[in-house]
Amino acid sequence: MRTVVVVFPGSNCDRDVAVALARCTGRAPGLVWHGATNLPACDLVVLPGGFSYGDYLRAGAIAAHSPIMRSVHEAAERGTAVLGICNGFQILTETGLLPGALVRNAGLRFVCRPVDLRVDGHTPFLAAFTPGERVRFPVAHMEGNYQADRETVARLEGDGRVALRYVDEAGRATEAANPNGSAAGIAAITNTSRRIFGLMPHPERVIGAELGGSDGYRFFTALADALA
Amino acid sequence: MSAAVTTADDAIRLGLSGDEYRQILGHLGRSPNPTELGVFSAMWNEHCSYKSSRRWLRTLPSSGVHVVHGPGENAGVIDVGDGWAVAFKMESHNHPSFIEPYQGAATGVGGILRDVFTMGARPVAILNSLRFGAPEHPKTRHLVGGVVGGIGGYGNCMGIPTVGGECTFDAGYNGNILVNAMAVGLVRQDRIFLANAGRPGNPVLYVGARTGRDGIHGASMASAGFSDGAESRRPTVQIGDPFMEKLLLEACLELMATGAVIGIQDMGAAGLTSSSVEMAARAEAGIHLHLERVPVRDAAMSPLELMLSESQERMLMTLRPGAEADAAAVFRKWGLEAVVIGQVTDTGRLELVMRGTSVADLPIGPLAEGLIYERPVADPPPPPPVAVPDRDTGIDSLLALIGSPNLSSRTWIWEQYDHGVMGDTVTPPGSDAAVVRIHGTDRALALTADCTPRYCEANPRLGAVQAVAESFRNLTAAGARPLAVTDCLNFGSPEDPAVMGTFKAAVQGLGEACRALNMPVVSGNVSFYNETDGCPIPPTPQVGAVGLVDQVAHRGRISPSPGTAALLIGDTEGHLSCSLYARELHGLTGGAPPPVDLDAELRHGEWIRAQIAGGLADACHDVSDGGLAVALAEMCMASGVGASVEPPDPTMSPACFYFAEDQARYLLAVQPDQVDGVLRTASAAGIPARMLGRFGGTKLRLEPLGSVTVDTLRRRHAGWFPSYMDGTTKETG
Repeated sequence: MRTVVVVFPGSNCDRDVAVALARCTGRAPGLVWHGATNLPACDLVVLPGGFSYGDYLRAGAIAAHSPIMRSVHEAAERGTAVLGICNGFQILTETGLLPGALVRNAGLRFVCRPVDLRVDGHTPFLAAFTPGERVRFPVAHMEGNYQADRETVARLEGDGRVALRYVDEAGRATEAANPNGSAAGIAAITNTSRRIFGLMPHPERVIGAELGGSDGYRFFTALADALA
Repeated sequence: MSAAVTTADDAIRLGLSGDEYRQILGHLGRSPNPTELGVFSAMWNEHCSYKSSRRWLRTLPSSGVHVVHGPGENAGVIDVGDGWAVAFKMESHNHPSFIEPYQGAATGVGGILRDVFTMGARPVAILNSLRFGAPEHPKTRHLVGGVVGGIGGYGNCMGIPTVGGECTFDAGYNGNILVNAMAVGLVRQDRIFLANAGRPGNPVLYVGARTGRDGIHGASMASAGFSDGAESRRPTVQIGDPFMEKLLLEACLELMATGAVIGIQDMGAAGLTSSSVEMAARAEAGIHLHLERVPVRDAAMSPLELMLSESQERMLMTLRPGAEADAAAVFRKWGLEAVVIGQVTDTGRLELVMRGTSVADLPIGPLAEGLIYERPVADPPPPPPVAVPDRDTGIDSLLALIGSPNLSSRTWIWEQYDHGVMGDTVTPPGSDAAVVRIHGTDRALALTADCTPRYCEANPRLGAVQAVAESFRNLTAAGARPLAVTDCLNFGSPEDPAVMGTFKAAVQGLGEACRALNMPVVSGNVSFYNETDGCPIPPTPQVGAVGLVDQVAHRGRISPSPGTAALLIGDTEGHLSCSLYARELHGLTGGAPPPVDLDAELRHGEWIRAQIAGGLADACHDVSDGGLAVALAEMCMASGVGASVEPPDPTMSPACFYFAEDQARYLLAVQPDQVDGVLRTASAAGIPARMLGRFGGTKLRLEPLGSVTVDTLRRRHAGWFPSYMDGTTKETG
């Protein structure tokens, strides 16, 4: 699988996801600077976590207008898979490739902790997992509270596009298990073609037992197989 | 040159003494103009010149086989093998954090990160040590929220994990909190950069944020005590921009890799003044600056304001002549301003020119060398003895301790810090030491920050010894070889002989322990004048320490497996005075802290490391605050596994056995079939080791105190901090 990681000024999980992709897919990704206007041919574009442009204005708002994003849009229209992690998810909603918005956490504080997630939707991005399975990734964000108008949330639910949901140990989407106040416990969504995927948790941080888990390793290896 | 003259009164208004003014006249052979006097006041204040502390700091051990660069650079550097080196340092940002907690703490983190990446090192971890006033003090909750938010806000945006530290509460910090931040970076040994301007003719480049009026006289603020009007000094607190610093970090490391950079120093305390003077001094050169070229936010700034501004996220570097265009291209890519503002000279003088007019011409030597004072010292009196009741203790004593402000869970804090970014944090906050892998290798750094202020208050020398010993044990419990320390010495006014006596004693204790445990002091910071209305803080010689784990897979862990045996390593004398038990349960402060046997620390530590490296330690934990009972409870809470323990010595009172804070002790979890072998090697090595009981089940049972479920322990431990911060409790234990 050929992958490209877009680097914005202020991205800070670009190296982490590049390491994860190299380890899980056997091939190091290309890194593309935000100012570039041409995206190299690839099977997957990753928008990494971080604080692109310092999260000035709103998280992801300025990055959504950087030169490279025009190429990302065009690639997405051609069917190239797009993955936005954390700040990357925020950029995808700001640029309109995914619906809704990620606003400040309900607790008004940054939250960094491992969270349990239930696999709900089906998309190549969840090829590793079976529906209803519980996986564990860490979250680390200040603005991860997914919100959209009622019709949008209903449509996402009806279409099976809510991909991951914050749940407790019994797999229930409770308020206590929700780290940021997201509507319906939404942690990840996809677009209608299922090929654009945004999630707040960080699968790239759990790619081996020494880092506290391997669910991220499963996520990326199965994704590579699914997109190859 | 401005011909305006100054007087001794002008000098005194800037915080200098009349005698210091006379020394300036002697160096210049004339009266300094106001700009020159301002430059002297910035370089000769306590914060920049270490004039009261240097005489004692020189006594600290700073060399060793691992030391690459000791004190005197932006950060200390030690060799960790395979061509890698670690640059690290701890620094205070106490006064700004008290006045404006979010920005004060944030810029403290920003400053210490710059100290590390100016060495060419990529920062890989941040730690911090926070000392707040009593929880019931009206300012405390606001300060905790702001400081933690500021540390997280800066480090999270930079993408550098905050992996450890300490946070305690004591009324002695009501009017003067402590915010000490430590940064740790990795650098290839052949790529280390120093704050040395290099040869005459090298261009001097200004990089980063524009200069504004913020933070002017910040270093002077740090060189005087507080009075009740501290809020009026808010304008002297700098404002941080972590996004700018992230760009500066990436741009500087990218330019350093090209060979264009000769020397580099961040513009921290006293801004352009200290960075230019110190870089020139290290090169035994001069420096000539055209101040009108400095990028500014306000064109009306005076030369002195330009020289003293502490605007954040700025760097001064000298380049290889001819490399200006390369540098400009790198900084343009990152969207940063970079301007050549002068050059290195052979005059040995600081020459400042504003639009063609000379505004200052001063000798670098006296500016940089500063002053050395032999302050009067009154040796601290021994603490009065305290008799701690050791009867009527039950399991409730343990619950009260782990639910108290000073021992309750710090999860509320850690969750606001991104501790997983960079993908190398293998032991996150909550164990003895954080463990961060050296990227791309199987080796790791163990990191810890330690000090027990109640010990230091009772006996500053012993308290400092204990701080080093505890850091040694924390690194050891993680399976790491302790290598070196950085210190951050927080004290009241050096002009008070009693305070100076505690400082001298603490430095002696640090030196004694660091020599005995082979942990040289490679960097550090002194913060004096931590007092409000003449009332000093408890002496707080904070230690930050770095160790090396040879195999990540063989690191020490705090969580025992069910069925393992619980072994206590080290002697228990039952020392209760100065303990948390005495303080939290009986309201007794003072009394002698537990003695520290440094020889025992060294031997026990070596033996523990051998057990961990040999795969014999299922889990390991240092025994410190709250004694054995608390250490056992911490292991149970970390793993969710209970334990059942009986005192091996029935003649000792349960309070002494379970809550005494005797030093040089560890708890070790060992698989049942390996217990005999482990005890035999301990006996052969002369290491006191006793079987206490077993880990397993869902309860912690401490005979004869009683038992409690691990769930209850966890609830009591987790409860205090969030409810305190939500304002739903005012209880203090």
